[in-house]
Amino acid sequence: MLFGIEWDTSSEWAFAVSILPILLIGMWVTIQATVLGFFVAMVLGLILAVLKAAPLRIVSWPARALTEFIRDTPLLIQLFFLYYVLPEYGIILPAFLTGALALGVQYSAYTSEVYRAGLEAILSGQREAARALNLSSVRTFTHVILPQAIPRIIPALGNYLVSIMKDVPVLSVVTVLEMLNVAKIIGDRTFDYMVPLSMVGGLYLIMTLVASAGVRYLDVMLPKRGFPLR
Amino acid sequence: MEWTSYLPPLLEGAWVTVQLAVYSTVLGAVFAFAAGIGKLSHNRLISGISVVYIEVFRGTSLLVQLFWLYFALPVAGQIIGIDLRLPPVVAGILALALNIGAYGAEVVRGAIQAVSRSQREAARALNFTPRQTLRWILIPQALPEMMPTFGNLAIQNLKDTALVSLISLGDLAFRAEQIRNFTQDSTTIYTIVLFMYFGMALVLTAMMKLLERSVGRWRTAGT
Repeated sequence: MLFGIEWDTSSEWAFAVSILPILLIGMWVTIQATVLGFFVAMVLGLILAVLKAAPLRIVSWPARALTEFIRDTPLLIQLFFLYYVLPEYGIILPAFLTGALALGVQYSAYTSEVYRAGLEAILSGQREAARALNLSSVRTFTHVILPQAIPRIIPALGNYLVSIMKDVPVLSVVTVLEMLNVAKIIGDRTFDYMVPLSMVGGLYLIMTLVASAGVRYLDVMLPKRGFPLR
Repeated sequence: MEWTSYLPPLLEGAWVTVQLAVYSTVLGAVFAFAAGIGKLSHNRLISGISVVYIEVFRGTSLLVQLFWLYFALPVAGQIIGIDLRLPPVVAGILALALNIGAYGAEVVRGAIQAVSRSQREAARALNFTPRQTLRWILIPQALPEMMPTFGNLAIQNLKDTALVSLISLGDLAFRAEQIRNFTQDSTTIYTIVLFMYFGMALVLTAMMKLLERSVGRWRTAGT
C-alpha cells in the first residue's frame, strides 16, 4: 500500500492497473518539479545572461566562469551540495524545493546561453537602423530587439523544459517522491520491479512526446518576424 | 580530519569515473553510428528498429533506463527463464552507452544527410557500391561536422556517470557520499568533488578539441 492505495498482485495486468493511480500521483510531483525547476532556470539564466553581457570585465568574467563550472559538473553532486551544505548556513528547505533549486541552477547555465544567442542573432543592421531613427537604447531593446528575439528564444527554452523533465528522477536521491521513486518503492515492497519500472518508462515516453509536440507547435505558431509588444 | 585525507579515496573513485566515462563513450559511439546509419537504411526492419531505439532512449530518463536494466531486467529474465542479472558495472556502462548513443545517432544521421547531393551522385557515377559510398565518401566528410556535438555529448556523459553511484558502483559520487556519511563534513567534500568533475570535464574538452582538429583534415575544400 502506498498513498492509501492498495495493489492487487493476483496477476501482472491487475497489478499494473492497481498501481497506475499511485504512479500518477508520482507523475504529478514530477510535473510540479519540472515546472518549478524550469521557472528557476529561466530567472537565474536571465540574471547570468545579463551579467555575462556586462561591459565590465570584472562582472562578465566571473559570470562566464560560473556558467562553465555549473555546466561541467553533475546535477547529482550539485543537488547533494545544496541539500547538505545549505542547512549548515541556516537555510533549511524541504527536499522538493532543494531539488527544484538544483534543477534550476544546473539549467540556468544552458538557458543563459539561449538568451545570449537569441539576442545576438538579431542582425546589427537592426540596431543601426534603430539608431538612425533616433530611438533610445531602452526603446531599441524593448521595441526592436526583444520582439524579434522572443520567437527564437521560446522554442529553445522549451527543449530544456523537456530535458529538465527527464532529470527530475535524480531528485529521488533526496527523498522526493517523484514517479521513479514511487515505482522503486512499489518494487521494493512487492519484489516485482519490472511492471512499475516499465510503466514509468512508458509514462515518461508519453510525457516527453506530448511536451516535444507542444514545443514544435509553439515553434510553428510563433510569428518568425517578431511580436508587437503593444 | 584534514581535507587532504579525503583525497586518496576520492581519487580512487575518480579513476572509476574516468573508466566508466571512457568505456561508455566508446560503446555509445558504436551505438550512435549503428543506429544513425541504420535509420537511413532502405531496409524497413533496420530503420524501424533504429527509430524505436532512438525514440525510446531519448524519450525516457537515464535514471529510469539504469534502474530498468539493473532492477527490472533480471525479473524479465526470470519470466522467460534466462539469467539476466547484470553486475552493476555492466548495467551502468550499458545504460550510459545506450542513452548517449541514442542522442549521438541523431547527430550521425544529420551529418551524413548534410553531405552534399552531388557527392553521392559522383560516387554513383564512379560505380561505388552503397557500402563503399558510405565508407569512403559520406563518413569521412560527415565526421568533422559531428565532432563539436560529440564533444558536448561526451561531457554530458561524464556528468551522467555520477548517476551510476545509485546502483552502488564505487565511482567518485559514491565515494563522496561514503565519506560524508562518515565525517559529516559536507561542504569540504562536495566542494572538492565538484572541482574534480570540473577538472575532468576540462581535460575531456581539450581532448575532444584535439580529436576535432585531427578529424578536420578530412573536411573538403569546397564545402
